[in-house]
Amino acid sequence: MSKLSEKAATLLSEGTVKMIIGYEQGTERPRPAFCHKPEDCERLIFNDQCSNNLAVYLTKKEIIGEDKVGVVGNYYVIKTVIQLNRENQINLQNLVVMTVDGDDIITFGSIDEMQQYVDTHEPVPNEKVLAVIEKIDKMSRSERWDYWKSELSKCVRCYACRAACPLCYCNRCVTEVNCPQWIEPWAAPLSNMEWQINRVMHMSGRCVGCGECAAACPLELPIGILTKKMGMDIKNTFGGWKDGSVLSTYNVNDKENFIK
Amino acid sequence: MERLIIKSDQIHTWLAKIIETVPRVLAPVKTGSKAEFKEIKDAGSVAYDVITTTSSVKASAFPNTETLFAYEKQGTDTKIYDVAEENFLDTVIWRARPCDAVGFGPLTKIFNWDYKDKLYNERFSRLVVVSFACDKADGCCFCTSVGGGPGNTAGSDIMLTKINDKETLVEVLTDKGQKLIDLCKDCFTKADDSIDKESVLAKIPVRFTREQIHEKLAKSFESPIWKAQSERCLGCGACAFVCPTCACFDIQEGAHGNHGRRVRCWDSCGFTLFTQHTSGHNPRPTQATRWRQRVMHKFSYMPDRLDIYGCTGCGRCSRACPVDMNIAEHLTNIANNE
Amino acid sequence: MSNNIYIPYVMVVDKITVEAPGVKTLRLRFQNEEEGNKFEFKAGNFAEYSAFGEGECTFCIASAPTRKGYIECTFRKAGRVTSGLDRLEEGMTMGVRAPLGNSFPLDEWKGKNLVFVAGGIALPPMRAVIDNVLDRRDEFGDVTIVYGAKTVNDLVYKEELKEWEERPDVNLFATVDPGGETPDWKGKVGFTPNVLGEVAPSSDNAIAIVCGPPIMIKFTFPVLEKLGFKDENIYTTLENRMKCGIGKCGRCNVGPMFVCKDGPVFSKVQLNALPPEF
Repeated sequence: MSKLSEKAATLLSEGTVKMIIGYEQGTERPRPAFCHKPEDCERLIFNDQCSNNLAVYLTKKEIIGEDKVGVVGNYYVIKTVIQLNRENQINLQNLVVMTVDGDDIITFGSIDEMQQYVDTHEPVPNEKVLAVIEKIDKMSRSERWDYWKSELSKCVRCYACRAACPLCYCNRCVTEVNCPQWIEPWAAPLSNMEWQINRVMHMSGRCVGCGECAAACPLELPIGILTKKMGMDIKNTFGGWKDGSVLSTYNVNDKENFIK
Repeated sequence: MERLIIKSDQIHTWLAKIIETVPRVLAPVKTGSKAEFKEIKDAGSVAYDVITTTSSVKASAFPNTETLFAYEKQGTDTKIYDVAEENFLDTVIWRARPCDAVGFGPLTKIFNWDYKDKLYNERFSRLVVVSFACDKADGCCFCTSVGGGPGNTAGSDIMLTKINDKETLVEVLTDKGQKLIDLCKDCFTKADDSIDKESVLAKIPVRFTREQIHEKLAKSFESPIWKAQSERCLGCGACAFVCPTCACFDIQEGAHGNHGRRVRCWDSCGFTLFTQHTSGHNPRPTQATRWRQRVMHKFSYMPDRLDIYGCTGCGRCSRACPVDMNIAEHLTNIANNE
Repeated sequence: MSNNIYIPYVMVVDKITVEAPGVKTLRLRFQNEEEGNKFEFKAGNFAEYSAFGEGECTFCIASAPTRKGYIECTFRKAGRVTSGLDRLEEGMTMGVRAPLGNSFPLDEWKGKNLVFVAGGIALPPMRAVIDNVLDRRDEFGDVTIVYGAKTVNDLVYKEELKEWEERPDVNLFATVDPGGETPDWKGKVGFTPNVLGEVAPSSDNAIAIVCGPPIMIKFTFPVLEKLGFKDENIYTTLENRMKCGIGKCGRCNVGPMFVCKDGPVFSKVQLNALPPEF
């Protein structure tokens, strides 16, 4: 039994948590795993291929219930927990957050510890994504429009991007609101763009950059580029991710007065 | 049924002739690392080196988004316009897989078991399906477990099987198929009876049978297996949207001023809101109940009501799933579940 | 209707009645008289009503097939489509796809006593049957109606309730939830299932028809059982979400049964055989 499996099994057998969410080997790559009994924990693994953002399950009441659960996640899971906490979406008292660093299993005692880990373990940026962003930045406005129109017209509106995103936790998504109907809910070039643009705007300053929206897309649409670029712009304009949600931040001393 | 041979280098000559003659030819085209069915204008653009496309070819008869009818409000009156004939194109599907072709069976039953769905039928009746037998399969393929196979001809008008680098066997299965052959008669010669198609097909192990699943499901409605299997399911529609037989749809309204149209678009039983009443009551309130519906629909309700199973074993849902809900693995567990 | 099954009849709103807060009845006639003459339906059938510009929604036809020349649609303004229907004025056109689904087996009930139990906005589907029965009154035995709503104001078909009240051949028990009564309310006060138990209609040679929200139905069945009603003599309608209404769109099924094709009318015996997915 690996150290990770042992640790998880102990948490379950001692009754510290009712469930451990981690990774297990899937068909071709790791996938999310749910352990309810100590013996389930033998399946747990942790490696570079463990990419699913498990924090997506932490806001699902039907999965975690009212019980205390443990999560063994990657860097982005930790980063997401910080953001979900900031947005009052999780109860830290009912959560044991862990990650694996080399041979060590780290259990975080506080948000500060998570923040410190996140600050010191930032993954190397994805060169491919940056190259695409650079390419798109160099395009003229009309070329950019054509690029996105062409890419997003392929979207089938399966909402895998939304489902895989741990910060897309709205009970009723804007695309499902029909009084009034903001976004047409079927696949068509215009409504696909409205959908993706709305999504990325809603993510502004909140997105942790895990890239799971793009990884989830069965059609390989470059939607991760949108969130990544948005994140970069937010950082350049407003000073970085730590400030939280840009669009819902309000300051009474704001020089703009439209909201008053 | 006629068995012919086409020389491998003649296939493109024939396809070029088809493209020239038929209003629309759909074939797998490379998109990034994967492939999708798209309209082709050039025989050279077909992606032959992929096992399957990401999406099935169902959109050719059941588009993701289609107009059911249009209307115009004129004062207090409303004029209605049916879908015009021009919207239905004669179409050849080139390089379908046997699991694509066989998918039209369940679709046709769904759209015709009671009321006849003209829009589907108009599109489907104009399709000619040219399938290529599979010499390769991947870990998600399980057609042999659901009554299909890498050389299964059901649903195809023509099936091609590459016998060796030089020759391809052409099975002409229907009159529609024969008409495509007639476009390029010189390309074909009679096939020798000794040619054995089976020997070149991919070997795909049988993991369970449909009947086994059907029998197990009769006693499994309250089983804890649904919760256990669906725990990681995110509730997106990727599986349903790429599936060759999933036909659940929504009806929506597209209106601007006095003009409007009623729209049919794909939907998925995996979505929370799919069955939710306006009151908030939801007959399928959890992902476990929605996953159960998906499996039950395909392996219990469809065979019971429509006398056909709703799965072709193409494995597309498994490949598309962001969290590896591998349906063959789940079905195997159901088959072995006590 | 064109052979395109999604194209609705165009119907004209002839009369609008405000039944209760947010609840209206639209009386509809066929714009094309010939279509109207050919149109036939049975009590229990439903329709897909559409407000052009907003979409379609599903309700039982609220009028009786014995009342010719029109159909009626009673709805509560709740979402996008019903808000669209709510905005219609007399003389305007809307769409109707009908008749859809099965119907109440009225002919099998000849000579029987009928007990109708309805709650809130679920009286409309039942009213099609009640009016149908009253129009063929001598074919049936006693008619008992227990109808409840949250408040006096929420009772629908107030005019008809008065008529039924006055008829000697109808036993009407209208009730409102505790706290929903007004000073001049002469009916009962109490939840519908409790009032049903109090009224205690005989189950001898009787059929019970129950329509209402899931919670009301849940509490009504045990009362009926106590009164001696056998499951084969209890009928209800299911109201799962629908889009196509013709057995294709895939959302209304309860197990292998399509509410839109095998329903909306089910006997309790049928319900017992279905998984609890409604």
